[in-house]
Amino acid sequence: MQTNEQQPIEADSYTVVKGERHRSPLQISFRRFFKNKLAVLGLIILLFVALVAIFAPFFAEHSPTKTDMLKIEQSPSKEHILGTDSSGRDNFSRLVYGSRISLTIGLAAMLFTVVIGVVLGSLSGFYGGIVDGIIMRATDIMLALPFIVLALTVMSIVENITISIFVTIIALTTWPTLTRIIRGSFLTLREQEFIQGARAVGASDFRIIRKHFLPNAVGPIIVNATLLMATMIIIESALSFIGMGIPQPTPTWGNMITEAQNIRILRSHPEAWIPPGLSILITVLAINFIGDGLRDAFDPKK
Amino acid sequence: MTSKEKEAVQIQHSPKTENEILVHAKNIKKYFPIKGGILKRTIGHLKAVDDISFQIYKGETLGIVGESGSGKSTLGRVLLRLLDPTDGKIVFNGIDISNMGNRGIRPHRKDMQIIFQDPFASLNSKMSVEELIEEPLLIQQNLPKEERKRKVTDMLEKVGLRASDRLKYPHEFSGGQRQRISIARALIMEPKFVICDEPVSALDVSIQSQVLNLMKDLQDDFDLTYLFIAHDLSVIKHISDRVAVMYLGRFAELASKETIYKKPLHPYTQALLSAIPIIDVDDTKKEREKIILKGDLPNPADPPSGCAFRTRCPHAHDRCAIDRPVLQEVEKDHFVACHLYT
Repeated sequence: MQTNEQQPIEADSYTVVKGERHRSPLQISFRRFFKNKLAVLGLIILLFVALVAIFAPFFAEHSPTKTDMLKIEQSPSKEHILGTDSSGRDNFSRLVYGSRISLTIGLAAMLFTVVIGVVLGSLSGFYGGIVDGIIMRATDIMLALPFIVLALTVMSIVENITISIFVTIIALTTWPTLTRIIRGSFLTLREQEFIQGARAVGASDFRIIRKHFLPNAVGPIIVNATLLMATMIIIESALSFIGMGIPQPTPTWGNMITEAQNIRILRSHPEAWIPPGLSILITVLAINFIGDGLRDAFDPKK
Repeated sequence: MTSKEKEAVQIQHSPKTENEILVHAKNIKKYFPIKGGILKRTIGHLKAVDDISFQIYKGETLGIVGESGSGKSTLGRVLLRLLDPTDGKIVFNGIDISNMGNRGIRPHRKDMQIIFQDPFASLNSKMSVEELIEEPLLIQQNLPKEERKRKVTDMLEKVGLRASDRLKYPHEFSGGQRQRISIARALIMEPKFVICDEPVSALDVSIQSQVLNLMKDLQDDFDLTYLFIAHDLSVIKHISDRVAVMYLGRFAELASKETIYKKPLHPYTQALLSAIPIIDVDDTKKEREKIILKGDLPNPADPPSGCAFRTRCPHAHDRCAIDRPVLQEVEKDHFVACHLYT
């Protein structure tokens, strides 16, 4: 009789008891994040801004780029609730569409920087030696260059600045900090026994980086990426404000505030520049709350 | 098996032939460069392992004892090629692995594994127990998923955990249980040789014996050969067949467990053994003479000339400062590196 031989594992020991859930360290961190009220508030605000950006045509009825020289610098009215700018474009539409630019640039530049930072930081921290030397000297050089001067030079050489060019320029100048952070967390992990253990079972370098280093460095990466996104939005606004960012007529919060360079608008049309200024402030603040929440959630000491 | 029968078996096996040797280490050296100055030039070498030769026979447990800093762990890591030897040859199962590249050695890794000391640092906390134990299989063998899962659950039960534990994460376990996970991970590929790098020294004494007994049982089940590194003499006595005593990167003495514990020859071994507390309920036996060593372990970067132990040795004489004693067979299968016996 061999009836029972094929039965591989006893059901009672194999099946997991219902209600008994095993959370991974990542899940635990995110649960901790959602208990942080300020961080959740930040997340809600950011989601709201994202919704506005995605569904911009539903919120704004006017075109954000259509000029109307007969209707310049109008005060708020039923048709233009935030008035019009010096080219007769609807301020409210520009505010709504401006969120697209800010979020796109923030997100894209952040992702781009994270990719560069993760690749270079991993190589640097994992291999050490000459590879580390070359990458670290490159970060030193990049950090020594004043960012604004570099950005302005490139912007003035390139004739037609599009969002993708803009994102590339920001990403290529901000990668050193993240690269160093990732290298640093790799260096602390490198001496740990579980990395030796992975080598002992014959794991390839790529597998060790992907499965053992990166998951253990995910905390600092996520936290810094989030805070980086806020920085990117500020950089875009600042450069657009001085006219070196995304050129007109594309609406951005930064070039909307440019209007306030005119003393007349600054004094008599606060509705033209206060809303975009507040939008930048609130969005950046919300992202920073999220970043702080993530930092606390990933802090191993808590 | 009575002790006499055991002895008979040992005598039969006594002259070890080539194919009974699993690991043959020949003149292993591992020097770490000491860098200094502004230009980070190498100004000296720390001789963590300095010219050690020995053999490990199939199925035995070779215990290695020594103070911290004596190079025991470095020796273990060099044997597994987790560190590259500065010089010397490691022959594993008849194959010279000392000069193999990373890729070349990968297929051999399934036959040699390591269990680390710290159960909290040796498991990747971001991986579930199942991922941890199946990782070696994923890398080394191409098995269908069900087969892999079955092996993992089998292994979990063999090391005394429940099959349902496979979905848990390391932080849900105690130190002893984590060490069981480490053992499962090391044994899942059914290796021939396992280096145990102080596997119980981080555990509570009550858990130590459980884990040690588990390792002994698994040795029989899987036909394993152990290199057992420890600084605890009673642990070594419990698990080893032969014992090597290490001092500053070299072997001081190497013999069978019985010989070492009954008739230690090297003054360092004698001092170590005299430090083991004895429980004497009747208080009839004479107080054993305790040999207290003077001073600390010398700086391994700047070891004493001649015999490294001479600065603390009660029997040191002039020759010890000039000549470095070589490990010699003074009795059958009893090797000592000391001028007292030459």
